[in-house]
Amino acid sequence: MISTLIEGVPRRGLALLGALLVALVGAPLLASDYLIAVLILILYFAYIGQAWNIMMGFAGQLSLGHALYVGLGAYTAASLYVHFGIGPWLGLLVAVPVAALASAFIGFLAFRFRVAGVYFAILTIAVAEFARVGFDHLSWTGGSGGLFLPVAQFTHNDLWHMRGHPVMFYYIQLAATALAFVCCRALLKSRVGYFWLAIREDEEAARSAGIDVFHYKMIAVVISAAMTSFAGVIYAFYYNNLFPEQTFHISRSIEIILGPIVGGIGTLFGPILGAALLTGVAETLTAALAAAGIDLPGAKQVFYGICLLLVITALPDGVWPWVCARIGLGSRKK
Amino acid sequence: MPADVYLNVAVGGVLTGLVYGLMALGLSVIFGVVRVVNFAHGEMMTIAMYIAVTLFTAFHLDPLIMLVPIAAVLFAFGYVLQVRLINPFITRPEYSQFLLLVAVAIIIVNLLLIFFGPDAQNVQASYAFDSFQIGALIVDATKLYAGLAAIVVATALFAFFRSTRLGTAIRACADNYTGALVVGLDVKHLYALTFGLGAACVGAAGCMLLLIFDVTPAVGPAYTLLAFVIVITGGLGSMPGALIGGVLIGLTEAMAGLLFTPSAKSMFAFGILVLVLLFRPQGIMGKRAT
Amino acid sequence: MKRKSQSKMARVSRRTFNAGLGAAFVAGTAPFSIVRAQGAALKVGVLLPRSGYQAGIGQDCQRGVDITAGVLKDLGMPSLQLMSADTETNVDVARARAEKLIGEGAQLLVGAFDSGQSSAIAQVAEQKGIPYVINIAAAPPITEQGYKFVFRNFPTAGMILRDAFIDQKQIFAEVGAAPKTAVFMHVNDTFGTAMKGGIGAVMPKFDMPYKIVETIAYDPAARDLSVEISKAKATGADALLMVSRLNDAILLTREMVKQRWTPMAVMSMGPGWYEDQYLKTLSKLSDGPLSFAPWYDPNKKLSKQLDAALANAHPGVNMNVNHVYTFEALLIAADAYKRAGSTDPKALADAIRKTDIKDNVTIGPGIQFDAKGQNDKIIGGGIQNRGGKLITVAPKEAANGKPEWPLTPYDKRG
Repeated sequence: MISTLIEGVPRRGLALLGALLVALVGAPLLASDYLIAVLILILYFAYIGQAWNIMMGFAGQLSLGHALYVGLGAYTAASLYVHFGIGPWLGLLVAVPVAALASAFIGFLAFRFRVAGVYFAILTIAVAEFARVGFDHLSWTGGSGGLFLPVAQFTHNDLWHMRGHPVMFYYIQLAATALAFVCCRALLKSRVGYFWLAIREDEEAARSAGIDVFHYKMIAVVISAAMTSFAGVIYAFYYNNLFPEQTFHISRSIEIILGPIVGGIGTLFGPILGAALLTGVAETLTAALAAAGIDLPGAKQVFYGICLLLVITALPDGVWPWVCARIGLGSRKK
Repeated sequence: MPADVYLNVAVGGVLTGLVYGLMALGLSVIFGVVRVVNFAHGEMMTIAMYIAVTLFTAFHLDPLIMLVPIAAVLFAFGYVLQVRLINPFITRPEYSQFLLLVAVAIIIVNLLLIFFGPDAQNVQASYAFDSFQIGALIVDATKLYAGLAAIVVATALFAFFRSTRLGTAIRACADNYTGALVVGLDVKHLYALTFGLGAACVGAAGCMLLLIFDVTPAVGPAYTLLAFVIVITGGLGSMPGALIGGVLIGLTEAMAGLLFTPSAKSMFAFGILVLVLLFRPQGIMGKRAT
Repeated sequence: MKRKSQSKMARVSRRTFNAGLGAAFVAGTAPFSIVRAQGAALKVGVLLPRSGYQAGIGQDCQRGVDITAGVLKDLGMPSLQLMSADTETNVDVARARAEKLIGEGAQLLVGAFDSGQSSAIAQVAEQKGIPYVINIAAAPPITEQGYKFVFRNFPTAGMILRDAFIDQKQIFAEVGAAPKTAVFMHVNDTFGTAMKGGIGAVMPKFDMPYKIVETIAYDPAARDLSVEISKAKATGADALLMVSRLNDAILLTREMVKQRWTPMAVMSMGPGWYEDQYLKTLSKLSDGPLSFAPWYDPNKKLSKQLDAALANAHPGVNMNVNHVYTFEALLIAADAYKRAGSTDPKALADAIRKTDIKDNVTIGPGIQFDAKGQNDKIIGGGIQNRGGKLITVAPKEAANGKPEWPLTPYDKRG
């Protein structure tokens, strides 16, 4: 199993990956609380980016509504906890199927009715927005007034109830991201993965080659949504309050997909690198402007936008493939 | 509820829908030809609105009179944007175009925030509060003017594409990119013209909308989303479709607000969008893609 | 649920007297500022949504921050070293900024207007044991979640409603008229929902002369509110009871004008209707609405001082809730620092818990916190827009004018 996973990966790549993992595991020993908070954000976006990448990068289906699955996971687990005292890990058993079902519904309708490309993207936005307004009116989950979880007491870490210190959340998020990375590699190396790539490159050709396109696109959508919903569960228990306006909003969906596009769509390491770069750039810009004594709200976002513009213009395939070529990792699919 | 309420709400919904339609028209024109989804559409409109606000505050120039020059400024903006930034992206995948225009949108929103501040701004036209009363029917004057102007602009655009050489050339590009290249059309220039026209449209729409709604830097994204809903409903690339989609969405939201709860009215708009996507993915007025 | 207004009257006069004495004393000793005796200035992190969707409100709160240093100096309070951060109207950013500020040495946090962002900051503050004073955020659960280092000097939805009903009855008695029916219209966001929930619970206790004939909720992102007004007009209700924000307040007023509907009164229980932008945009048409909101007492000495400072720094800006509560949050910080005599967060938190500021800006007996960290002594005011200015009409002890009743029809304002 492991041998198939690492087959074809250059030694140097494996060594770098191992070093990165060791560094991340050891990070809380050295890093400040602020750095941990930033790392949690990076890992969070890296994880969702991985999940989104399965749908877009592997199977070629552009979703602009992934906040829907984050929100469904978050709201399901949080409601179960608030109303019935059911912990997040048991809540997962409900939250993941809920998100998977929602995605299966969207996927079924879309692929059945041949909604593709831009139209599919708009459909995903529409459903997410529909859910946002819907949750605004769902009083069982607090409606637009918000859903508040009992606040964590930070005296001890309770992994089972996900109550505790940010470092605990850091390790949960790190484990999830690492696991997602390995899963994606496994998926890509599997039969399903090859079919996905075939569909991504040319759907009609894949169909005439006898691939059940509908079936495999559905698998991609459901796996992606299920993985994303877990991030939602962590989000709910990390922040302890949920508002439909903040959870389902289209700006959240956009935030999610910036990382993988910048990092390199369809690559395994792209979403991780993209998340690190974007969060890193945002934090650096904030610090740099503060150091320069510029207190101008909006200036940071202008520079952030310019950075995005430069990256997408200069490196249309993303940063990771470019880095690969520079550091001599021939294979783009690490 | 008395019957005249339904009538008033329906008329209001149709007029608002026409203005929405004009805003969406630009998006439709751009997509129909350049095949790029302009994710910075609403943000471009806020630029026009701020120009109109500035002209009104400084020189007391009415936005309806300044409509043409402002549309011209937006045309230039769109033209340059297409030539400088978007042209290399027309053959790239959708997500790449998406990121490019999201970046443009972020920059626009925050530059406006820096230059104009976060507070809502508007113009105080002398007719801003007028309304016409015809029996039990009360018609909002600004909405009526804006709705009529929307029809005029749309007709002019339609005529341009149907009856001028340039318009025909642009349509040729839209129908057959390679063919247009073969017969020696300057496709890059035509694309830029189209993007400029789309931007001019949304600029004109911004001038009229300013009479009805206030502008803040942050409203852009909401209008972008609204334009999508309308254009997809009416048919991406179809000019009459954009107006009809606008009217349909305007009317649906108005009636849903009246009959159910207004806070959920956008849910009905998104519901219609989903239904249209599923049962008539080319939109109400769109041609079935081959 | 009744305020004891006689005893408060008595206290007001006593407080005013003390305040006068205090001010005289402060003025005398100002050159030998107590600040230096305490060593370094207290480092206070101020988190506000100054860009993004709530930029308007965040930057307005910032005006309150801008004028604080001068006023605190005049009061003889220890000086604060303010560290500003922009939450970009985003919870992730709010949390990261809070961590960063604490990492850079902030000993106390203030902010952040929005309930979601405030909650995110509250968790960081609680975990680090850094006191956090919320300037504005009305969602009741924040002080019900069991925090020990989180304080809120802002009324909850229930408190705002309680005072709104008391003040309304006072006004009805004063003008000798009252609506029999009302439409309740509210924005469907965190604040609006909290207020809607509160109305069901609070209103029956007050035996109000009007009954609510219809409740209309609308989307906070709504661009067009014509349907909402058509619906309200069709009920034929006497009064319009509102919970809104700024942009929707302007849109609603325009629609009332265009649809030619002037209710007997517009009674807002939140922001929007008294804000500068509303007055400026609608000019003559902005006159008349009553707002029942957390407000400053124009007769208090500190209010006058703050108002003067604001007029100096930002001419033409009317003082409002955003400035006042942001200033008071910083006042609480300075006051706690003065009494604690140390920058130790635990000592500061203990000092805040024992806060007893009598000479403050907002209406009511002053600033004190209950066991949950909530200032339950705040009293809301009733204000009316008149000729671009804001007149406080209720409660009586804070009033500087009489209410005008009913609303002048919109089509008869020339």
